[in-house]
Amino acid sequence: MLTKLKDFASTFFVTGDPLIYGADVAIVLTTIAIVFVLTYFKKWTWLWKEWLTSVDHKKIGIMYLIASLLMLFRGGVDALLMRTQLALPNIQFLQADHYNEIFTTHGTIMILFMAMPMMFALFNIVVPLQLGARDVAYPFLNALSFWLFFFGAMLFNLSFVIGGSPDAGWLSYPPLSEMSHSPGVGENFYIWGIQISGIGSLATGINFLVTILKMRAPGMKLMNMPLFSWSVLSTSVMIIFAFPILTITLALLFVDRFLGAHFFTMTAGGNPMMYVNLIWMWGHPEVYIVVIPAFGIYSEIVSTFSKKKIFGYKSMVFSMMIISVLSFFTWVHHFFTMGAGADVNTFFAISTMAIGIPTGVKIFNWLFTMFRGRIQLKQPMLWTLAFIPCFVVGGATGVMLAVAPADYQYHNSYFLIAHFHQVLIGGVVFGYLAGIYYWWPKMFGFKLDEKLGKWAFWTWNIGFYVCFMPQYALGFMGMTRRVYTYGWDMGWAPLNLVSSIGAFLMGIGFIFQVWQISYSIKYGERDTTGDPWNARTLEWSIPSPAPMYNFATVPHVSEQDAWWAEKQAREAGKRAAAAPALEPIHMPKNSGIPIIMAAFWFVAGFGFVFSWIWMAVAGLLGVAACLLARSFQYDTDYYIPVDEIKRTEASFGRGI
Amino acid sequence: MNLKPARKFLKAACAAFALCLAVFALSGCSGKFVVLDPQGPVAATQQRLIVLSAVLCAIVIIPVLAILVFIVWRYRDKPGNKAPYTPDWHDSKLLETIWWGIPIIIIGILGTYTARDTFALAKPPVSDTTPITVQVTSLDWKWLFTYPDQHIATVNYVQIPAGVPVRFQLTSDAPMNSFWVPQLGGQEYTMPGMAMQLWLQADKPGVYYGTGANFSGKDFAHMRFDVEAKPQAEFNQWVSSVKQTAPALTKSGYEQLVQPGTSEKTLYSSYPDGLFDDIVNKNGGMYMHHSSAPGEPGESSGTSATGATGTSGMTDMPGMNHH
Repeated sequence: MLTKLKDFASTFFVTGDPLIYGADVAIVLTTIAIVFVLTYFKKWTWLWKEWLTSVDHKKIGIMYLIASLLMLFRGGVDALLMRTQLALPNIQFLQADHYNEIFTTHGTIMILFMAMPMMFALFNIVVPLQLGARDVAYPFLNALSFWLFFFGAMLFNLSFVIGGSPDAGWLSYPPLSEMSHSPGVGENFYIWGIQISGIGSLATGINFLVTILKMRAPGMKLMNMPLFSWSVLSTSVMIIFAFPILTITLALLFVDRFLGAHFFTMTAGGNPMMYVNLIWMWGHPEVYIVVIPAFGIYSEIVSTFSKKKIFGYKSMVFSMMIISVLSFFTWVHHFFTMGAGADVNTFFAISTMAIGIPTGVKIFNWLFTMFRGRIQLKQPMLWTLAFIPCFVVGGATGVMLAVAPADYQYHNSYFLIAHFHQVLIGGVVFGYLAGIYYWWPKMFGFKLDEKLGKWAFWTWNIGFYVCFMPQYALGFMGMTRRVYTYGWDMGWAPLNLVSSIGAFLMGIGFIFQVWQISYSIKYGERDTTGDPWNARTLEWSIPSPAPMYNFATVPHVSEQDAWWAEKQAREAGKRAAAAPALEPIHMPKNSGIPIIMAAFWFVAGFGFVFSWIWMAVAGLLGVAACLLARSFQYDTDYYIPVDEIKRTEASFGRGI
Repeated sequence: MNLKPARKFLKAACAAFALCLAVFALSGCSGKFVVLDPQGPVAATQQRLIVLSAVLCAIVIIPVLAILVFIVWRYRDKPGNKAPYTPDWHDSKLLETIWWGIPIIIIGILGTYTARDTFALAKPPVSDTTPITVQVTSLDWKWLFTYPDQHIATVNYVQIPAGVPVRFQLTSDAPMNSFWVPQLGGQEYTMPGMAMQLWLQADKPGVYYGTGANFSGKDFAHMRFDVEAKPQAEFNQWVSSVKQTAPALTKSGYEQLVQPGTSEKTLYSSYPDGLFDDIVNKNGGMYMHHSSAPGEPGESSGTSATGATGTSGMTDMPGMNHH
């Protein structure tokens, strides 16, 4: 009995690596600390009522933000471990197996559990406020999306202490990811972590598409809508078309692994190329899914901090929509070298290059928004200005990669690694950071410290170039991605060392940001106006942080940059028409079902990971019970009385 | 706002540029830019495209960066800035036409060259000499090369005659990998159950770095091999010496070789008949017989990629070998 238990424990828990034991201890200690603090300060009820069961889009946004920053930390640590291992030739810091797990989890986490939730954080916090709405279209579904993401991410992350991490790359190409070559549970964690959070992502896409189409303030025509909301619309459409492909692909891979089917193995008439095609039919739109909202953020910031209307609004909208369509016609450029014919390669080479056209137009429009403006170099604008050169160069190397015959030389090399990090960090991460700095006062009611922010900005940026520029050169020197070590013979050592130094500089940048946030909580400049940047769109017309009902009275909109126009009118002495009388506000009630249902998904996923059918079935039954419970819930909403609205507004110094 | 940040920005940009130059200089001393050092016609074509695309991109990037620096400098928000300020100016048909037009033209030029060379590289490099065929099998975690005409085999080392087009037939008896010899030309995937094909040629004798490029598991990092190009006569000599001195690769020897693990450079005087086809077929190649291209040189039976698409072996659906 005891030996059986021992055997089980030694396969169930990851053993043998001091780094992992350290992590085990850290996890246990952190959990104990959190439980202790919550119990000591009697905060459990508060946590449950105010946060875990909340359907308020702003709170859900903040929870997304916290989770994504934690995941940025985890993915970043992965990156630093890799760069330590590669700093010099023949280092024995990580073994091959461990290195392979780390680059797999780094990629998966950064895209699916860092970029996506950080994007959803900004969707949630900003979109309803920009539209003049009181919540998203489906608040309950929104909470469910968050908890599905959260439990999916937890399931995935669990793999590094329980069962073992996936190690077949962030896209898990078969046959490497099939049972024949990856018999462990790591790939199952990969599949179920992504599946569970993927359902949430799809639901978020639907939610925001409907929110944007149906819940704009009266008078706000689509062509008057702020560009960030446009970018969310564009991305939501892409999510709705792309994510089902991911779900199906991973489901088929799971059937291969779990039931011994052969969708993706040649040996019984399947084909791994089907997987590669399918995963990139999702994967390529996915990178545009994360970058388009960043474009939206830049558009808001450039206009605000140049004190000028955005240049070429129609072009901006048009180019985003073109990109979202074109992004579905470029997937083959991820495998030009897998034997597609010259005709196919030519088509996909040119469709890929074509995306450079609308993207280039956006750059010019941002430049000419600044032209003849008045540029204020506040933190959000700094990140935007850093984005432009970074993304222009990254985009150019992207066009170079699109040249199919040349791609035969870049493919799988560090040139590619440098390229996609440049567009994903320079485009997506810089964009989301800019957005976080920009909307931070709206979320929390205070600004983030400028001085510490500048330190973070410069270390991040210098670190970025020091880290990734050498990698372009390493690609030309023949260094391929995913090698856990290399020798002295190829002369790769100096550039790798430089690159590792850059990575650690970025890590220091992140530490500055953590410091900046902790410092600013106490000392940051409070925002009492609700409009700290003298901005242009509706979210800045309400107090910071926004009251739970957002708008005491729903605004009427007649033009682009509605809040700017309102301010202009007030300045000109033309006071806008008297605000309509207050009415009770209809709000959704909190619900515990989303978190419980997602927890059941987690149980089911965990069961499937270890092929414990009893557990998987129990989890799925729990999910079904939650669905049933929700369908018989009739008391799901309430009204905020006028008195309470008046009190709340008065507490922000706004009498109505 | 003062101009300090703008000046800082400029300074940092200069510093970053200088650093890049320094890094390149530094690496130039010790490393070799193999991708930019073509030793054969395929790599040379690819290098020309790399340079062309870099130049075309630079034509756009450099002015954009210059305009960015100028605009941020000139329109910064500081008291007494005399530069014009037009907060409501947001539209210009002329300007927008220009910057929709410029990228379209650039992409048009680049697209034309791309299409031309994509089709060109699907054919064997121009040469009067008869091509030689080398079959490549990626294993966990080593490379097996078999010479159907010479009937010898090698591991982690391949010798070819210089100046002769080489038709590499590629497959895998392990997870996918990718066969890459940067100085001779770009890579192509090796996939189980499929035989893909890649044309390469070395113009001069020499030893060229070759590597597996697609991650295939634990010891992927050690999947390196050398490609040695020799004059035809010396190549023939090498073949006959291998035939005389090296041991044979038997069926059971191959079973050993397939076991996961790394391997040293090894030579074999012969290998089991039809080994390459057996490898392709046992991994699912039998489902693809109907895509056989009649009249293909070499010994591959139906699994070989159609000659028509050359560099790639495939027809229709991206990456799909069958109809």
